[in-house]
Amino acid sequence: MNLQVELVEKNEMYCFKVIGEIDAFTAPILKKRLAAVQDIEGLYAEIDLSEVNYIDSTGLGVFIGFFKAIQAHGGSMKITNANARLKRLFEITGLDQIIDMEVKEGGNCDATV
Amino acid sequence: MPHEVEKQYKEIIERYLHTQDERDLYAGQKFSRRFIEKEISPEEVIGIHKSALKSLFPDEPNELWHSFDFLIEMMIHYGLALQEHQTLIRKQEEMDLEMKIAAQVQSTLLNTKVPEIPGLDIGFLTIPAKQMSGDYIYFLSEEEKSASIAVADVIGKGIPAALCMSMIKFGMDSLQSDQSNPGKVLEVINKIVEDSVTDSMFISMFYGKYDTNSSVFSYASAGHEPALLYKASRNNFVELDAKGLLLGVQQTVRYEERSIDLEAGDFIVMMTDGVTETRAAEGFIDEDLIKEILLSVKDKPAQEIADAVFEQLTELQNFQLLDDFTVVILKKDY
Repeated sequence: MNLQVELVEKNEMYCFKVIGEIDAFTAPILKKRLAAVQDIEGLYAEIDLSEVNYIDSTGLGVFIGFFKAIQAHGGSMKITNANARLKRLFEITGLDQIIDMEVKEGGNCDATV
Repeated sequence: MPHEVEKQYKEIIERYLHTQDERDLYAGQKFSRRFIEKEISPEEVIGIHKSALKSLFPDEPNELWHSFDFLIEMMIHYGLALQEHQTLIRKQEEMDLEMKIAAQVQSTLLNTKVPEIPGLDIGFLTIPAKQMSGDYIYFLSEEEKSASIAVADVIGKGIPAALCMSMIKFGMDSLQSDQSNPGKVLEVINKIVEDSVTDSMFISMFYGKYDTNSSVFSYASAGHEPALLYKASRNNFVELDAKGLLLGVQQTVRYEERSIDLEAGDFIVMMTDGVTETRAAEGFIDEDLIKEILLSVKDKPAQEIADAVFEQLTELQNFQLLDDFTVVILKKDY
């Protein structure tokens, strides 16, 4: 199974769109892409999960690692368009309490993707 | 002296070609030891063979001599590849052995004693997908007054996850009884994990405490799969969820604590995601399937309920575990 990560950079905003399943095999791909920007001071990142059906615990670890890294550099992040299954995963793990989750259509990021 | 060896080899093979006698063949076998003594490699032996033949049959066509050069070149690479292969196998064997020992140490370290409380039936099962488990069950009891159960799952598998578990266990061992309320336990364990675990490792944990006198089960969850409560009086299930972040993500976290009354015939099912994320041929299983299995064995003892869940779910995934599988049943008999 392959994983695609598209990145649109716009006015200091980093918009990622992930396509595929995020599991133990594909998580390193996402991790590498996110790690490339996570140390930027005051980073704002949005990760669009509309095309992701499944995230396993390794994948979840990637999001937590990214969250901690950007938080340490005064940045913030938002996860958008997660499906019901993923939303439940973020709720169960309590991550929805610390990471912004939003359903949106045609936002700043989507316009150019 | 290679030159000496070459000379002797030539004499032996010349004799053998002439007589084809068993004794000369045996002499050749014995002579191979000299190669080892002189540290002559297999491809060099071919070189010696080639020059012996060349001086015995100088008129043979050049193609024959080239074929030996070809063979020598091949043997050099074959020798290297073989050596590498054998080294890897040896390393693999050493690692397997160490893993086996580590798994034994883990099961000794993490050994926990099931509380014995009158009227309370406890059954459990934890099966690692690989040799070492990232799932963990911890029992604690204060005489017959209360029984506490923790079910935890380290995000990440294998050895690092297993090592992490030992830390949790000793953290919980060190908690005094006045800190044993579920929300408080998770708060303390979260601090321990946050302080000492790398940024990429996290733990989910469900912690429940049953009070014998009041029959109240109080619980809290650190990002863990909700437990299921079977209510005998209504013959249905209630999800036991409570808000709380995974352990090790943030330094200070408050954990919501909830409680329910347990009545005779009720039971609580605590699981890890190895259970709820069972993947059958047509995709992930539905939670209703777990409930169906539980309903079909609801009148059995706790251990048989746990075993039934495992047997029926592993059958769905062709008896192959993709993740560590842990289930604990806490049943109130009377």
